[in-house]
Amino acid sequence: MDIPGHQHGLITARNAGMVACTSCGLVVPPEVQACPRCHARMQSRDEGSIQRVLAWLIAGLIVYVPANMYPMLRTTQMFKSQDSTIVGGVVDLIHHHAYAIAAIVFVASVVIPVGKFIVIAYLAVLLSRPHDKDPHRLHTLHAAVEFIGRWSMIDVFVVAILVALVQFDVLASIKPGLAAACFALSVVFTMLSAQAFDPRLIWDITDEGTPQ
Amino acid sequence: MIYDPTCIACPQCDVVHRFSATEMVTRTRCVRCGYQLTLGKSEAITRVVGLALTSTILMGIVLFAPFLYLNAGAFDSSASVVDVVLGFASGIMMPLALAVLVFIIVVPVARSMLLIYALAPLLAGYRNATGAQSALRWAFLLKPWAMAEIFMVGVAVALVKLAGMATVNTGAAFWAFVLLVVVNTLQDTFMCRNTLWTSLATNTA
Repeated sequence: MDIPGHQHGLITARNAGMVACTSCGLVVPPEVQACPRCHARMQSRDEGSIQRVLAWLIAGLIVYVPANMYPMLRTTQMFKSQDSTIVGGVVDLIHHHAYAIAAIVFVASVVIPVGKFIVIAYLAVLLSRPHDKDPHRLHTLHAAVEFIGRWSMIDVFVVAILVALVQFDVLASIKPGLAAACFALSVVFTMLSAQAFDPRLIWDITDEGTPQ
Repeated sequence: MIYDPTCIACPQCDVVHRFSATEMVTRTRCVRCGYQLTLGKSEAITRVVGLALTSTILMGIVLFAPFLYLNAGAFDSSASVVDVVLGFASGIMMPLALAVLVFIIVVPVARSMLLIYALAPLLAGYRNATGAQSALRWAFLLKPWAMAEIFMVGVAVALVKLAGMATVNTGAAFWAFVLLVVVNTLQDTFMCRNTLWTSLATNTA
């Protein structure tokens, strides 16, 4: 049974003069430092949140550049080496007529990372100043980014499996390229960026009488 | 110092909810943002511990059995999950090998261990283990970093890439890993934060 929602009579923990634990949901007076139920550190709002979001985002952007320029894989077949980048790998799959798989890799390695950069930057810039956007929409955006970000790791795992399996000396071998490490770092940094976000900041705008 | 456990704030939007005893054991969502506050799993602890044990045993099979066999003409190779991880383990790729190891093996195993450590004493009727709260909190925090299901999608993509080049057969570890993903997913549907935290807090043994 889901409790039906209505917007009247909502009160946030902060407006009630309390602090809520983001780990277990317990509501305690503001002078309590650590949650008595789950021992997490208590904070009404994470003030440094946006700064950490931006820091991780910039780190993620920086390593995303070499991730696209350097080869992800170096395939050696019959003494001939061939390098393939992230986008090159997608093109290869299309040549193999594996359109569905090509689409998965393209979405995981290009669409999701780029979309994540844009959405996180948008949210971070928007929330650092007054705005009139619908918090429900922003909340959906943030939830989507947090949920989907980790799926970008697919390409890194593909490289790992290919490298482990295809080791036939001169006949064929596959070696990882620098881009694999850069891309993995980029995914980790943007995941940390999305996690650094305090989602309660999204809703503060609708809470009337909220200081600052 | 025990606070009212029927009073829960949404971790996403800070709205305070007060639930009756009957509502606490059902599925509840935040009235403002829709976040799932309780999952309505009263038997959560038994299931979570059982599934965590299952997933630890499966991981044992995954680690040491062959994962995939590859056959190309006169050449045969097989790779276990450990081989997959060690594939990167040379020179500058070492950090990447460690990352893959952490995401597909260490974090899933660590989560199972933490859950067993924190919750098994409740089942057995003992008092909470030292640091049970931190263990359970970390089990929740590590969730996004356990990437077994993503690894399986990676395997599917790799199989397609290899299809033209060689014949690929699946080993015992492959199917154990598929099961592991199912077990972990099932486990997460039982991880009702409120049920687990309330049980730990009210353990009087």
